Amino acid sequence: MRKVLESILVPVLAVLIALLISAFVIVAIGKNPLQAYAVLVRGAFGSKQAIIDTLIKTTPLILTGLAVGFGFRAGVFNIGAEGQMAMGALIAASIASNFGNIPPVVAIPLTLVIGMGAGAGWAAIAGFLKAKTGAHEVVTTIMLNWITTFVASFMVTGPLATGSGTPKSPEIAASAQLPILMKVGAMELSAGIIISLLAAVFMYVFLNKTTVGYEVKAVGFNPYAAEYGGISVSKNVVLAMAISGALAGLAGVTELMGVHHRFLGELSGGKGFDGISIALIGQNNPIGIIFAALLIGALRTGSNEMQFLGVSKYIVIIVQGIVIFLVAADRIVRTIYLRKKVKS
Amino acid sequence: MRVVEAVLSIFINPQFYKIALTVATPLIFASLGGVFSEITGVVNIALEGIILMGAFTSVVFTYLTGNVWFGVLMAIVAGLLMALLHAWGSIKWAGNQVVLGTALILLSQGITGFLMEPIFGQPGQTDFVGKIDEITIPGLAKVPFIGQVIGEISPFVYIAFGCVAFGWWLIYKTKLGLRMRAVGENPEAADTLGVNVYAIRYFGVLMSGVFASLAGAYLSVGEIGQFKELMSGGRGFIGLAAMIVGKWNPIGAMLSSLFFGFFGAFANQLQSLQQIQVPANVKPLFDTIPFILTIVVVAGVVGRSRPPKADGVPYEKSA
Repeated sequence: MRKVLESILVPVLAVLIALLISAFVIVAIGKNPLQAYAVLVRGAFGSKQAIIDTLIKTTPLILTGLAVGFGFRAGVFNIGAEGQMAMGALIAASIASNFGNIPPVVAIPLTLVIGMGAGAGWAAIAGFLKAKTGAHEVVTTIMLNWITTFVASFMVTGPLATGSGTPKSPEIAASAQLPILMKVGAMELSAGIIISLLAAVFMYVFLNKTTVGYEVKAVGFNPYAAEYGGISVSKNVVLAMAISGALAGLAGVTELMGVHHRFLGELSGGKGFDGISIALIGQNNPIGIIFAALLIGALRTGSNEMQFLGVSKYIVIIVQGIVIFLVAADRIVRTIYLRKKVKS
Repeated sequence: MRVVEAVLSIFINPQFYKIALTVATPLIFASLGGVFSEITGVVNIALEGIILMGAFTSVVFTYLTGNVWFGVLMAIVAGLLMALLHAWGSIKWAGNQVVLGTALILLSQGITGFLMEPIFGQPGQTDFVGKIDEITIPGLAKVPFIGQVIGEISPFVYIAFGCVAFGWWLIYKTKLGLRMRAVGENPEAADTLGVNVYAIRYFGVLMSGVFASLAGAYLSVGEIGQFKELMSGGRGFIGLAAMIVGKWNPIGAMLSSLFFGFFGAFANQLQSLQQIQVPANVKPLFDTIPFILTIVVVAGVVGRSRPPKADGVPYEKSA
C-alpha cells in the first residue's frame, strides 16, 4: 500500500500544481479560475450525457497512453503515436468502406487488425531505423507524424474524397462499425471502451507474464546488460516500436469504428500527444494509465464547456505541459513534498 | 524532354536560390541553437516550442507597439525564458531532457493557443501586424544573378550567417568555447579543473533559446507578418537533424540546413512548374519531401556522426 501511495505521489501532486499554476494563468486574463474549474468539472461529470462524453473521449486516450507507456517500458520514446493513430484509421477507413458484404463477426476483427497493423508498420519504420542506424526515434517518429498529416490530407482530398465541406473519406461499412453500448441524447458509447480496457490487460499480461515481454522490458531497463544476457537489442527495439504503434493504431481504428465511422483530418486531433502525458501521469502502469486517461478525457470534455466562459480549451494543453515537466523533473515535486513534511 | 528542361530551368533561376536561402534561414537558427545546447551536454528538443513562442511573441509585441524590431527583441526574451525553464529542469533537477523538451513544446502550443483570443480576438491566426522589409545592399543588388539572390533579401538571412560565424568563433576560438566542449565531453574532468559545469550548461541552453526564438521571429514577422497556430511546423526537429548531420559544428549545421533549404525550395518550385501541371490535391505529397529527406539523412549519417559524449546525461556533482 505504501508503495502504491509513493508511486502515485508525484503524478498526483504534479497535476495539482499544474492546476494551481493554470489558475493563475486564468486570473491573468481576468477570469475567475474557481468558476472556470467548476464549469470544467460540471462539463465532464455533471450529467449522464457529460459522463458518457467523457468516457467516449477517454477510450482512445487509454490506448494512446498504453502505446506511449509501453514504449517507455521498452526504452523507446514513441512521440509518433499521433501519426500511427491517424495511419491506422486512414488505412482501415480506405479498406473497410468496401466491407458491405462481410458479416460483423469477420468485418469488425478484420478492421481492427488492419488498423493495428498499419500503426505497427508505421512505427516499426522508426524502430528499424533506430536498431539498424541509431537514428533517434524522437526525430524519426516526429517526421513520420508530419508525413502522415500530408498523406492523409492527400487521401481525403484525392482518392478517398467524398461529399463537400470538410475533406473526409466515405463511411465504413455498417458491418465494420462497433456496437453501441449506451446511448444518451446524441452521445453514443461504443464497445471501444471495452477494447481499450482489454488492451490494458494485454499490456499487463504481456509485460509481466511472458518471456517476450520480459525481454522487451530488459532491453528498456538496460540494453547493455540485456545484450550481455543474450537478448537481441535490435530485434526487441523493432518489436517494442511495432507493439507501441499497434496500440496507437488501435486507438485510431476504434475511433474510426466507434465514433466517426469515416476518416477525417481531425480524427487524431492531438490524442497521440495526450498519450505522452497520460503515460507519464500513469507512471507507465496499465492501471495508472486508465485513470490518467480518464483525467485527461475529463479535462478535454469539461474544457469545451469552459470555452463559453471565455477560457480557451488550450488551458488543458498548458496543464499537460506543466504536468509532464514536473513528472520529468520529479525531484522538484519530491523536494516540495519533503520540505512540507519536515516542517509539519 | 520538355519536363527535364523545365526542371533544369529551376536551377538557372536566381529566385530559386533566394527561396532556398529563406527556407534554410530558420533551420540555420534552429540547428545553431541545437549545437549550443548539445555541445555542453544538454539535449534540447524544446527548440520546436521555442520557435513557436518566438514567432508568437514577436507578433504580439509588434501588434502592441507597432515596432517590429521591438517584437524581435521580446521574442528573444521569451526564448530565454523558455530555455531557462529547460535548463532549470535538466541541469538543476536532472530531469529527463527529452521528456522536459516535450513538456515545453506542449506548453508553448498551449500558451500560444490560449492567448490568441484574449489578445487578438480570434483563434487560429492573427491578421497582418507588420513585417521586416527586405534590405537592399547597395552595389551588390546591381550585380547580375548574385544581386538577384542576396542583393535584396530579408536581413534575417544575413543575421543567420552572422550568428553562425559568431557561434563558430565562440565555440572553437575562445576559452569559453573550449569549456563548453569540455563540459559536453567530460563534465567530471572539467569540474575537477575548476570549470563550473552548471553555469556553462546554463549558458549553452540559454543561447539555444536565443537562436531558436530568432528562427520563430523570422517565420512570423520576418516572412509573413502574422502568426499562425503551430507555424513552427517541425522546423525545430529538422534543425536538430541538420545539427546531427553537421556533426554538432556550427558551420556543418549551417551547410546541412542549406541542403535542407535547397531541397525544400526545389520541392516548392517543382509543384509550381507550368510544364508539369501538378494537380492541387497532389501538392500535399510534395510537402512530405523535407520530412522524408530528414529521415533518410538522419538514418544515413547518424552512425558516422558522433554526439558529445555527455550529451543528454545530467551531471551531478559527487559530494
